Amino acid sequence: MSIGAFPAMRLILRRELRLYFRRPDQLLQPLVFFLIVTTLFPLALSPRLSLLRDMAPGVLWVAALLSSLLSLETLFKADAEDGTLEQLALSGQSLGVIVIAKTLAHWLVSGVALVAMSPLVATALAIPTDAFPVMFASLALGTLTLSWLGAIGAGLTVGLRRGSVLLSLIVLPLAMPLLIFGASATDRAIGGESPAGALYFLGALCVFTTSLAPVAAAAALRITLE
Amino acid sequence: MQEATDPIDAPRASSLDLSADKIHVWRGDRHVLRGAGFAVKAGELLHVAGPNGTGKTTLLRVVCGLLRPEQGAVSWCGRPIDAIRAEYQAAMAYASHEAALKSDLSALENLRYSVGLKRRVGDHELRDTLGRTGVAACADLPARVLSAGQRRRVAMARVLAMRAPLWLLDEPFTNLDSKGTALMCRMLEAHLDGGGLALVVAHHALALARPIRRLELGE
Repeated sequence: MSIGAFPAMRLILRRELRLYFRRPDQLLQPLVFFLIVTTLFPLALSPRLSLLRDMAPGVLWVAALLSSLLSLETLFKADAEDGTLEQLALSGQSLGVIVIAKTLAHWLVSGVALVAMSPLVATALAIPTDAFPVMFASLALGTLTLSWLGAIGAGLTVGLRRGSVLLSLIVLPLAMPLLIFGASATDRAIGGESPAGALYFLGALCVFTTSLAPVAAAAALRITLE
Repeated sequence: MQEATDPIDAPRASSLDLSADKIHVWRGDRHVLRGAGFAVKAGELLHVAGPNGTGKTTLLRVVCGLLRPEQGAVSWCGRPIDAIRAEYQAAMAYASHEAALKSDLSALENLRYSVGLKRRVGDHELRDTLGRTGVAACADLPARVLSAGQRRRVAMARVLAMRAPLWLLDEPFTNLDSKGTALMCRMLEAHLDGGGLALVVAHHALALARPIRRLELGE
């Protein structure tokens, strides 16, 4: 008889993390991209502190969104190409369990790493240290939501040869609310106002996608596996 | 090289059976499977044969539940597989025509993360199984550096280690040398002797010392 859902999730999570760390380029590319894009802005614009501070939340969030998209394409595609996705799908575990474990692994290596790197970028963009906790919280919630949205997109495009453009077309519109509330939370924290409203919205979006995205992504995978 | 001679662990139950009835599959405008059907009981092997492009792999994908047929149904022990998905998948080991290994993981890790989802299994046992298919020395090498034949043997070890009563194998002899082919045949014999069932897609004859049922597609 099959093992339970939680041990299965743990096993897939370990498999994914091991795979990510065997391919450091895959791990580092989105992070380096995030770092470079955000540091390009102070170079391109004038390095006036007030200007940078006004633009910082927007720049931070757009870069986070795009760098997260970079790594999403391979979420299911790599497994689909070498046939291991079929093995996973026939392992007796539900596709939902597989989606949850793979998406959490993606968030751990992209989202959490991005949050950890954000102080560096924030300093370059002249975000005051007082705003860091709110920035961490909003980025953590936002990147997790993005990973869930991306899982749906990746599930739908896994069978396509040039799926990356379509993936951005599917995910980016869905990610608009994230951009708005994420940037606004950081912006308010920089201005010394209460970011609670925006953070609550991010939290709600995160809960919403966490509960529904696995179902949607599993359904998308089921279609593409046929 | 240690090889598989001892009987494999398959349930002794004789009540197991797999049947498919009037399976129709269209791929776009192409009518790939036109009413294919079969019934296999415990201890029996069905050899699915036929020229290229007659839907052998499609039939296997239907039987393992990856593909839903437009018409017809597959039943395991008298119940449609859609209704007993988890139970059916736990009783089944599928090997596609590619070895389906993660090239960045070692052979052992590949087995750990696929067999481990079906049942609790220790590394020691997996190493043992890799030994039975003759690739014990490759256990800790990344699958990337293995030859096509070695990858196939690792895939064979995965099927063995799943201890499933039903084997669904797509071209299991591809890339195997003569010793590997003989080993595969012995594995199949042992599996059937232990009360297992097997569906084998192969475009050449199977050299087993027992009568084999044949399903010819594309006639």
